[in-house]
Amino acid sequence: MIPSLPPGVILIVGALLLPLLPGRLKSVWMLLLPLLSAAHLFLMVPETPLTLDVFGYQLTPVHVDRLSLVWGTIFHIAAFLSALYALHVKDSLQHVSALIYAGAAIGAVLAGDLITLFVYWELTAVSSVFLIWASRTERSYRAGMRYLIVQVGSGVILLSGILLHFRDTGSLSFEKAFHSFLPGTEDYFLGLNSPGTVLIFIAFGIKAAFPLLHNWLEDAYPEATVTGTVFLSAFTTKLAIYALARGFPGTELLIWIGAVMTAFPIFFAVIENDLRRVLAYSLNNQLGFMVVGIGLANFAAHPKVAELALNGTAAHAFAHILYKALLFMSMGAVLYRTGTIKGSELGGLYKSMPWTTVFCIIGAASISAFPLFSGFVTKSMILTAAAERHQTVVWLVLLFASAGVFHHSGIKIPFFAFFAHDSGKRVREAPLNMLIAMGISAALCVIIGVFPAPLYAILPFDVDFDAYTTSHVITQLQLLLFSALAFTVLKLTAIYPPEVPSINLDADWICRKPLFEAVGWLYQTAAWIGATMARAAQELLNTVIAWFQTQCGPCGPLGRSRSTGGMVIWAAILLGAYLVLYYL
Amino acid sequence: MNTERKYWLDDPRNVKKIVYALFAVCALLVGADLLLDHEHSHFPFESRFGFYGWFGFIACVALVLAAKVMRKLLMREEDYYDP
Repeated sequence: MIPSLPPGVILIVGALLLPLLPGRLKSVWMLLLPLLSAAHLFLMVPETPLTLDVFGYQLTPVHVDRLSLVWGTIFHIAAFLSALYALHVKDSLQHVSALIYAGAAIGAVLAGDLITLFVYWELTAVSSVFLIWASRTERSYRAGMRYLIVQVGSGVILLSGILLHFRDTGSLSFEKAFHSFLPGTEDYFLGLNSPGTVLIFIAFGIKAAFPLLHNWLEDAYPEATVTGTVFLSAFTTKLAIYALARGFPGTELLIWIGAVMTAFPIFFAVIENDLRRVLAYSLNNQLGFMVVGIGLANFAAHPKVAELALNGTAAHAFAHILYKALLFMSMGAVLYRTGTIKGSELGGLYKSMPWTTVFCIIGAASISAFPLFSGFVTKSMILTAAAERHQTVVWLVLLFASAGVFHHSGIKIPFFAFFAHDSGKRVREAPLNMLIAMGISAALCVIIGVFPAPLYAILPFDVDFDAYTTSHVITQLQLLLFSALAFTVLKLTAIYPPEVPSINLDADWICRKPLFEAVGWLYQTAAWIGATMARAAQELLNTVIAWFQTQCGPCGPLGRSRSTGGMVIWAAILLGAYLVLYYL
Repeated sequence: MNTERKYWLDDPRNVKKIVYALFAVCALLVGADLLLDHEHSHFPFESRFGFYGWFGFIACVALVLAAKVMRKLLMREEDYYDP
C-alpha cells in the first residue's frame, strides 16, 4: 500500500491533520512531514512507473527518473527549510496551505502523465494563493486575486492543450519524453508541432514567467507573508521549468525567450524600492538562464552540448532554489523585525542583525556566481553550452545579465538593507528558527560551491565539466569586481539612482489601467445606454397614457357624460331624418 | 546615540580603505589577465585584454544609466494602483 502512495500525498494529507494537533506537536509535525515524504520517495517509490486505468485511459501518476528526481530532491529540501523558517508563525492557515502547496509541487514533478500534472498544477495555484491572502491586507487580497486568475488561467490553457494533444496523438504520457535522449528520439518530446502542444507551451510559459507573461510574479510574491514568500519562491516557477525541460528541450525559441528573460528584469530591479520585489525580478532573471539551457538542449543536433545544457538547467534550478530562498528569508527577517522592506527606509541594519547580514551576503554571493559559491558551479554550465553552440549574441546577453544580477541582487540588496546610510533602526536579531533555516541554506550554498561533485552526481546525465579552471575563476572575478567598481564609482559620483518611495509600471499596467478602465468604461456605457432606453420607453408610455387621458378621461370628448334629454333629442332628430329620407 | 557602540564602518576613513582595496584588487585582476592562456576561448573577442573587466564595468554603467531613463517614464506614486 505505502509504496504505491504517490509522492507528495504524505505532505498533502499530513497538512490537513496539522490543525488538529496541539501547540508544540504542530511544530514537530511540520518538520517531520517533509522528512517522512523524502524518506518515502527515496526508499519506497519504485523506479518502475506506476500505472492506473481510469475510465479506460492509461494514467501514470508516478514516474521517477533522473530528471524528476533532481526536482523531487530539492523540493523536499526547500519544503523542510521553509517550514523551519516558518516555525514561529501561529497561523495554521499558512502552514496548511504551504505544506499542501509543497506536496502538490512534488507530486507534479513526479507525475508521469499530463492529466496528473494538470491536477497538481491547479492544486499548487489554489493552495499557494492563501500564502498571499494570509497577509490579510486589502492590497494582498487584490494581488492574490490577480495571482489566482493568472495561475488558474494557466491551468485552463494547459487542460485545453492536453485535450487537443490527446485528440491528435491519443497519448497522455509525460514520462516517455525522457526514456532516452538518443538522436532520433526527439519525437518523444511534446515539441511545438501542433495547436495542442503550443497551448501546453503557453501554459508552462505563464507559470515560468516568460516576458510579458511574467508580471504575476513581481506583483504577488512581495505581497505574501514573510514566510509565505519563501515557499512561493521555491516551487511554482521551478515546477514550470521542470515541465519545460521535460516537454520542450531543444526548442530553439526558448533560447531567445530565455535571453530576454535574463536581461529585462534587471533594469526594473535597479530602480525598484521594495527589496522583496527586487528579489522577485532577479528570480525572473535567473529563470531566464534555465530557459536558455532548455532551449540549448537539442539532442538531435548537438547531443553533447544538450547534455551539458540540460544538466546546467537542473543544477542551476537546484542551486537557485536554495540561494533564492535564503535571500527571501533574509529580507523576510528584515521585514519581520523592522516592519518595512523599502530600500528608502532601511540601512545600517548590520549593527542589529549581524547574522542575517552574513547569511544575506552568502545568498548574494551565490546568486552572483562568485567562485566558491553555488551559482558559480551551475550557471557556468549554461554559459558554456551557449558558447559551444556559438550563440554569440545570446552568450553576450547572458554575460550582461550575470553582471547585472550581481549589481542588483549581489550589491543592492545587502547594501541598502544592511549598510548604506544608517536608518537609525535598532531591532532584535531574527528569531532562532529563522536563523537556523538561513544558516542551513547558507551552508548548502557554500558546500555546493566548494564541493560540486555530489550535486553533479545526481544530475540527469554524466557530468564532464570543471568550473574551477584558472581562466574561469579569474574571468568571473574580473566580471564581478569590475561590476562592483562600476557601482562604487556611480555611488561616489552620485549618479546611482537613490532609493525613493515609488512603484514602477510594468507589463501588468496594461491590464490594471487601460484594460481595467476600458472595461469600466464599457460597463458604464452599457449602463448608460440601458438607463437611457428605459427612460425613453417610460416617456413614450407616459405620452400614450396622457393621450388616452385627454381622449377618454373625465374631461375628454369620449369620456364626457351627457344629459338624458339631450340624447333623446338627438335620437328623435336621427329618427326624423331617417323618416324623411325614407319618404323621399 | 552617543552611548552606542562605534562600529568600524562608521568611520568614513575605513569606508575609503575598502574602496581603495577594491581598486587594488581590480588592478591585480587585470594584471592576472596576462597569465591566462586564451586557447580555450570560444569567441575571438574573449581573448582581448581585460575583456571581462571592461565588459562588466560598461554593462553596469549602461544598466544604471538606462534604468535612470526608465525611471522617468515608469516611476509612479506608491498609491498609483490603489482604488
